[in-house]
Amino acid sequence: MKRIKSARPLATNEPIWNKRAAFNHREAIAFYLCISPWLIGFFVFVAGPMLASFLLSFVSWDYFTPIKWVGTRNYERIREDEAFWTALRVTFTFAALYVPLSQIISLAVALMLAQKIKGVSFFRTIFYLPAILSGTAYVVLWVWLFEPDKGLINNLLDRLGIKGPRWLSDPNTALYALVIMSLWGLGSSLITYIAGLKGIPEQLYEAAELDGAGKFGRFRYITIPMLSPTIFFNLVLALIQTFQSYTTAAVATGGGPLDSTLFYLVYLYRRAFVNQEAGYAAALAWILFIIILLFTLLVVRSSSAWVYYENETGKERRK
Amino acid sequence: MRGLFDKHVAAEAIPLKGTRAWRKIGGLFLIYTALAAGSLLYILPLVWMFLTSLKPSYQVSSPDWFPDPFEWSNYPRSFTYTGLDFGKLYLNSFVITILNVVGTMVSSTLVAYGFARLRAPGKNLLFIILLTTMMIPFPVTMVPTFALFNFLGWLDTLLPVIVPAFFGNAFNIFLLRQFLMTVPIEFEEAARIDGANTPQIIFRIMMPLILPAEAAVAVLTFQNTWNDYLTPQIYIRDQSLYTVAQGIRFLRGSINPQWELMMAAALLAMLPVVILYLLAQRFFIEGITLTGIK
Repeated sequence: MKRIKSARPLATNEPIWNKRAAFNHREAIAFYLCISPWLIGFFVFVAGPMLASFLLSFVSWDYFTPIKWVGTRNYERIREDEAFWTALRVTFTFAALYVPLSQIISLAVALMLAQKIKGVSFFRTIFYLPAILSGTAYVVLWVWLFEPDKGLINNLLDRLGIKGPRWLSDPNTALYALVIMSLWGLGSSLITYIAGLKGIPEQLYEAAELDGAGKFGRFRYITIPMLSPTIFFNLVLALIQTFQSYTTAAVATGGGPLDSTLFYLVYLYRRAFVNQEAGYAAALAWILFIIILLFTLLVVRSSSAWVYYENETGKERRK
Repeated sequence: MRGLFDKHVAAEAIPLKGTRAWRKIGGLFLIYTALAAGSLLYILPLVWMFLTSLKPSYQVSSPDWFPDPFEWSNYPRSFTYTGLDFGKLYLNSFVITILNVVGTMVSSTLVAYGFARLRAPGKNLLFIILLTTMMIPFPVTMVPTFALFNFLGWLDTLLPVIVPAFFGNAFNIFLLRQFLMTVPIEFEEAARIDGANTPQIIFRIMMPLILPAEAAVAVLTFQNTWNDYLTPQIYIRDQSLYTVAQGIRFLRGSINPQWELMMAAALLAMLPVVILYLLAQRFFIEGITLTGIK
C-alpha cells in the first residue's frame, strides 16, 4: 500500500529518453504493441460480445439454424415469464441476506484480528482458508454437512435435542442453507477490512481517548468513518458478485426444490445452454447487466453521503 | 492550585491504571475466546470432511465422528469409482491452470508496462476503458462468446478456457501497472544504455523488480482457474476433457451418493489450492488487499 501511495507519476511527466520528438513516434508504436493483447481481447471478448449480446436480445436463435429477427418479443416474453420473476426474487432475497450478514461478520472478526495481539496470523489463516476453496468441492462438502439424516449440522442439532430441518431438500429452508454455506467463504472481505483497519492512524484513537471518547464512541466516530471507503468497496463488490453467483446453487440444488434457489445466473444458464435460446438468454443477460449497473450506481451515488475520503478533505485544507 | 490539581490527577490515575489493566486482560480473554470459537467453527467442516473420507462405507451414516478402522483406500478408490478417470481430470486441470497463469502473467505484464511507462495519444482514454471493463459482468458476454467459440469449432476442446488468458486481465493489468509505476526510471535507463530492447526490459528487468505483485497475480489466477466451474461447464461436455471441478460436480449428480468417496475426492480437489495457500499465503493476502485500492 505504501509503495503505491509514494508512486511518482513518472510516465506522464517525464520523458523516458531525453531525446528528440522523433522518439515519441516510436514510443507510441511501442505503447500500442505492448497493449495489443488487451486491446484485441477488449474487442473480441468484451466490446464485440456486449454489442452482439445486445443485438441478439432481439432475435430468436439456437446457435445453429439461421437467426430470426423478433423485435422486442424476447423482452415481452420475459415480462410474462414466471421463472424470471422467481429468479429475480430469489437473487434479491439471497443478496439482502448474504451481503449485510457477510459484511457484519467479517467486520466483527476483522476488528478482533486488527488488534495487536499474539496469534493473529494463525487465526487469519483459518478464517481466510474457506475463501480460497470456493468451487464445486466447497459446495459438495456443504451438501454433505446439510445432509438431513447423516450430515454434521443435523447431527449436532440432534445432540442439542433439536430436530433439524431438511435443509437443501426443503423449499422453505434451501435458500437459507445456501446463505449459511456462502458465509463460510467471506474471507476476502475480512482481509480488506483488516487492511483498512490497520490503515487508520493510531493518533486519531489517542486524540479521541483524550477527548473522553469511550470504546463505542471511538468505533462510531473514528473506525466507521475511516473505514467507510473499505465498507463501500466491499459492499459494491459483494453485490456484484452475489448477482452473478452460479456455482453454489448450480451444484447444491440445481435451482430447486420448486425453484426456491433459482439464482438468476442458474436460470440464465439454463435458457442459454440447456434450452439453447441464445436470443432469450441475451435479453436476460442485458436485464441483469442493467440491474447490476443500477445497483452499483445507487451505492456510488449514496456514497458521497456516508463515505469519508481522507485525501479529499486533506487537499482542501492544504489549499 | 496547581499542586492540588496534580494531586487530584495522581489520586485518580493509580486506581484507574488498575482497573484498566484488568479490563485489558478481560478484553483479551473475550477476544481470544471469540476467535477460538469462531475458528473452530470455521475449521470444523474440513475436519468432518476429512473424518468422513476415511470411514468405511457402512459407517458413514453412524453418528460417531471417528472412523474405525481408518479406510485409507477410499482415496485411491475415489479416483475411479464412478467410471470417471480423475487422473485424466487432474491432468486437464493442471494444463489449463498453468497455461492460464503463464498467459495472464505474460500478457498482463506487457500491457501494464505500456500503461505505466510509455506515452502515446489516446492512452488516458484507453486506461479509463480498461478500468470500466472491470465492472462488466461476465454473463453479458457469455452467450456471444459461446457463439464465437462454437463458430470456431472450439467446443469440447480446452482452447476456450485457455486462450482468453493470453489477452490480459483488466484487474491484473491495473495491479501490475500500479507496481511498475513505483520502479525508479533509472533501472530502465541503465538497461537501455546497455542496449536492452523493450521486451528485455519488461521481462528481464521489470518483472523481477515487481516479483511480489507478479506472485500475487500468479496465485490468484491459479486459484480462480482451478476453482472455476461455470466456464468449463459451458464449453466442455466431453467427460475425458472435464476439469476436476466438473468431475466433483459429476460425483454430486450420482443418484446413490457414496459420501466417503465423494469427500475423499473433494478433499483431494481442494489440495492443490490449499498447499499453494499455505506456501504463499502472503501473496494471497497481498493480492486481496490490493483490490481495496482503486
